[in-house]
Amino acid sequence: MRLRYLLPAIAFVVVAVGLGVGLTLKPREIPSALIGKPVPEFSLPAVEGRTGGLTTADLKTGSPVLVNVFASWCGPCRVEHPLFMELARTTDVTIYGLNQRDAPADAARWLETFGDPYDKTGADLDGRASIDWGVYGVPETFVVDGAGCIQYKHISVLTREVLEEEIMPRLQGQKHVPCEK
Amino acid sequence: MIAELGHFAIVLALAVSIVQGTLPLVGAQRDIEALSAIARPAAVMQFLLLVFAFVALTIAFTGSDFSVLNVWQNSHTQKPLLYKISGVWGNHEGSLLLWVVILAAFGFGVATMGNNLPPSLRTRVIAIQGLIGVGFLLLLVFLSNPFERVFPVPAQGNGLNPLLQDPGLAFHPPFLYLGYVGFSIAFSFAVAALIEGKVDAAWARWVRPWTLAAWTALTIGIAMGSWWAYYELGWGGWWFWDPVENASFMPWLLGTALLHSAIVVEKRDALKTWTVLLAILTFSFSLLGTFIVRSGVLNSVHAFATDPARGVYILAFLVVAIGGSLALYAWRAPTLKTGGVFAPMSREGSLVLNNLLLIAATATVFIGTMYPLFLDAITGEKVTVGPPFFNATFVPLMVPLVVVMAIGPMMPWKRADLAGTLARMKVAAIVTVAVALLTLYLSGFEPILAVLGMALGTWLLAGAAIDIGERTRIFGISFGDTLKRGRNLPRSAWGGAIAHAGLGVAILGITGSLSWEIERLQIMRPGDRIGIAGYEVEFEGVAPVPGPNYDAVRGTFRVYRDDELVEVMTPETRRFTQPSMVTTEAAIRPRNFGDLYAVVGESNGDGGFATRIYHKPMINWLWVGSVMMALGGLVSLTDRRLRVGAPRRRTAETKPALRPQQQAT
Repeated sequence: MRLRYLLPAIAFVVVAVGLGVGLTLKPREIPSALIGKPVPEFSLPAVEGRTGGLTTADLKTGSPVLVNVFASWCGPCRVEHPLFMELARTTDVTIYGLNQRDAPADAARWLETFGDPYDKTGADLDGRASIDWGVYGVPETFVVDGAGCIQYKHISVLTREVLEEEIMPRLQGQKHVPCEK
Repeated sequence: MIAELGHFAIVLALAVSIVQGTLPLVGAQRDIEALSAIARPAAVMQFLLLVFAFVALTIAFTGSDFSVLNVWQNSHTQKPLLYKISGVWGNHEGSLLLWVVILAAFGFGVATMGNNLPPSLRTRVIAIQGLIGVGFLLLLVFLSNPFERVFPVPAQGNGLNPLLQDPGLAFHPPFLYLGYVGFSIAFSFAVAALIEGKVDAAWARWVRPWTLAAWTALTIGIAMGSWWAYYELGWGGWWFWDPVENASFMPWLLGTALLHSAIVVEKRDALKTWTVLLAILTFSFSLLGTFIVRSGVLNSVHAFATDPARGVYILAFLVVAIGGSLALYAWRAPTLKTGGVFAPMSREGSLVLNNLLLIAATATVFIGTMYPLFLDAITGEKVTVGPPFFNATFVPLMVPLVVVMAIGPMMPWKRADLAGTLARMKVAAIVTVAVALLTLYLSGFEPILAVLGMALGTWLLAGAAIDIGERTRIFGISFGDTLKRGRNLPRSAWGGAIAHAGLGVAILGITGSLSWEIERLQIMRPGDRIGIAGYEVEFEGVAPVPGPNYDAVRGTFRVYRDDELVEVMTPETRRFTQPSMVTTEAAIRPRNFGDLYAVVGESNGDGGFATRIYHKPMINWLWVGSVMMALGGLVSLTDRRLRVGAPRRRTAETKPALRPQQQAT
């Protein structure tokens, strides 16, 4: 048996092990390492054409907020977007948008076209702040308590069930995780 | 009752597939005719049972039988009939059932149409096909039963994801599965050949039509998905490098490589072990795609509801199927006799280069898709890989591929004279340079990528035209003789040229739409006008329109050219209640080499509406090109030598004097 005929099988073993480990990770359920931790220090300019910007201080105003990571190049974001629009229209929940690695003009256009549910936006052009936030993929949605402590993280498209069962209670202060300093 | 019958049918099919996958293998190995003879009736039986089960589930869906859990979760009485039917495969369980039906259909095809195959090879192929069936039927019966009942019976169903309620998407999965699953036959042939220890030209001739059919279906399936994204998602994109898109693209790339390397095996008796490996890999990537979509390891819009047990099961199945076949390859491939030699500069050489580039492209896509997962598995670090990665790595690999693609078909086998071949491409080179210069001039010396893309597309088109032109001697002989030569030209030559030209057309479309797209985003009030690409677009306003299971808001745009009304466009925003979701229906009007694309969005609460109007030049070329590629596959499939099949017995030394009229009809 010559080695070169064995190479495909060896390569497959490596891939299979990777897949096996990957399977145990279950991306949708990974608890963020940052839950129960204070939000990272960051300061971002607003998405083009918008005022303000997003900084750590905006997350420590005393009332809980929702932080949604989005991008104009992200297909699933388009799917969950109406839910945020509805939330912005029908409730007084504070929603911040973290715009990840987007061309400024694209992000602005996206918000103009589909509607802007965000009270403030931060343009994370190089994705560095997102990494500090432990963002795995876009979209992701965080619940942060009034003291700037991350309470919950949802990966992938936000659904009505998750919103009602996981996010709303936490915005109302239930299931509170004490903050580690 | 019908659900129980369907359930019973899949359990029986599992039992039959176990028989089909074991006894005939023993029979073929030990030369026991009684056991080998089981293969064909078993394959027929399995197919009939699964078709019955599929019909049973379809009846449950069309009759809105909500006592079946799957129907309740995915259907709704108010859904139009088409989507009740497409709902059958719009979920994990039903799509898996469709998958095994198609798998069994291919086994059935070999069993009923494989009369010209050597009996031992046919028996083994059917048996391997049966073993793959065992793997999927176990998953279906024990972990994904589509006939599960629910009690008490709910009065109304949950409905199907509105994004999926679309004619383009209704038939996207069946074509995709025809492609994915079709490669299983190439896999079965490869494994059977490894067991037999024989790969020859006849083997390649049997593998090729199946691979070609699968490739054609996959091409259509991917193009449909892309087209759907273009008009349904509402921002005019058509490819997002999403993990699930990549999962379908990787088998396509490998299948393309397989198609080409099988030609070399058939014509030149070379590249044998490589082709066997490619056949295994192509189906392996189909299986890997299944794993990605159904296990939930990667985030995607396409993902089905996931269940950890299924992920573990599919992974175990992957290890057995892929690991087993690759181990068999490592063991048996060294014993396969290597065939003809060839110079690097030859038709074979160009096909090897094609294979290498396609493999490298597949590897790129694979790494981009899996890297986030693997990095997470190893270091716990989380990253995302977006389109920029793929654009930076995949596109550069396509450039040399396309350059060689135009020349390859004109090279003679064994040894080519590069200068002579290039001389025949002189006209193509001149046309290409002319188009490049024209592009450069028209686009104001700006986008280099546009020039490159236009040049590549032209080069490929011109190459295909010259290839056919030379073969039919279009400039050398009278028109009637040319027509006659064209008719007598092997269909595979036509098919190849059409498919190559199709890719050329698609490249032109991609380049044109990416480079010269015009986008206008604005708030418009009724009566407002904007200009775009020589058109004047007037917004008339919006009106509510009821749909069968949604409420729509329909905007109306009147499009003028030189003050003359040329189009009325009516994009919609549809609000579904079950499940609650809003979808965009873009209005698209193909006009002289470009689409006008309009979307109406949210109201600004002040009488104005967010509107987007695009002009996408040449985007239709992408769809035409995709259709041409599929058509090329179909034409090639009608080639006489594939239709007639290989001669039953080949003498040790094939006589070159096998003139067409001597071939059996």
